[in-house]
Amino acid sequence: MPDLPRKKVGLISCSGEELAEGTVTRRAVRKVLETLRPDDTVTLCLPLFLAGGEGERAFARYYPTIAVDGCDKRCAALATEKYSAKPAASIVVTEIAKECGCGKIGTARRLNAEGLRLADQVAGKIVEETDRLLKKKPKSAVQESDRGKP
Amino acid sequence: MTRKIPVVPCSGIGKSLGAAAREAAYVLTEDLRPDKTQVVALALLVMGDEEAKREVAGGQAIAIDGCKLECAAKGLASCGASKVHKAAIFDVVRRNRGLKPEGVCDLNEDGLKLAQAAAGEAAKIVDDIDAEDDHA
Repeated sequence: MPDLPRKKVGLISCSGEELAEGTVTRRAVRKVLETLRPDDTVTLCLPLFLAGGEGERAFARYYPTIAVDGCDKRCAALATEKYSAKPAASIVVTEIAKECGCGKIGTARRLNAEGLRLADQVAGKIVEETDRLLKKKPKSAVQESDRGKP
Repeated sequence: MTRKIPVVPCSGIGKSLGAAAREAAYVLTEDLRPDKTQVVALALLVMGDEEAKREVAGGQAIAIDGCKLECAAKGLASCGASKVHKAAIFDVVRRNRGLKPEGVCDLNEDGLKLAQAAAGEAAKIVDDIDAEDDHA
């Protein structure tokens, strides 16, 4: 059998520096990468993607990606589509915040407890989409004991 | 000086140096020179957001990049900044060899010190721009 590359999902966060929701995208993506689905995901660097990073662009052309945006300007989703291919899934933090009745989440520099909770919710959504794309059986996305951890 | 200087950190999510760049931008715009600087999001800028482009076009700006690819500096240059000043984290690391930054979402103490050092260097750039404007 040839040694085929393992199928992974690329995560692209907008990282928007002006908004707390941008910080939520970073934290959620890192949590999935480091803790929840380390074997199934990679992160793609949005600025590098925009600046012409061929490695990032090529990955997004051939592998499924999930764009994680802080606001409805959806820079990560639009950039992915513009430079590679339409993301397989698109998540917008402000929409999830509305769904879960989230209050004030802190600042772009420091998220408060509510912001960390929202990041967990977003991480859970990323995991759901990752499992769907890799056709994995769903399992608990965010354990209670993981809450608040980076 | 009425116009705030746009400060664009790289959005790198893979390494501690990108996180230090982001933190340095907040230290500069919130703690060191809050009246003279403002953060502008790199993704917005490069995706052509009109408001972000207006804040940058025709004026001086500061890029805080994590790595040598200098995405923030390139983004600013492509959006018409008249001069792009660089406070690059990878250079600041060389001048502060004892620091070993770790973490992305939560920088360790050395990462925060590195961000402070980079923000300090960027603050000097702000003061130079300010002095230039006063003499103009």
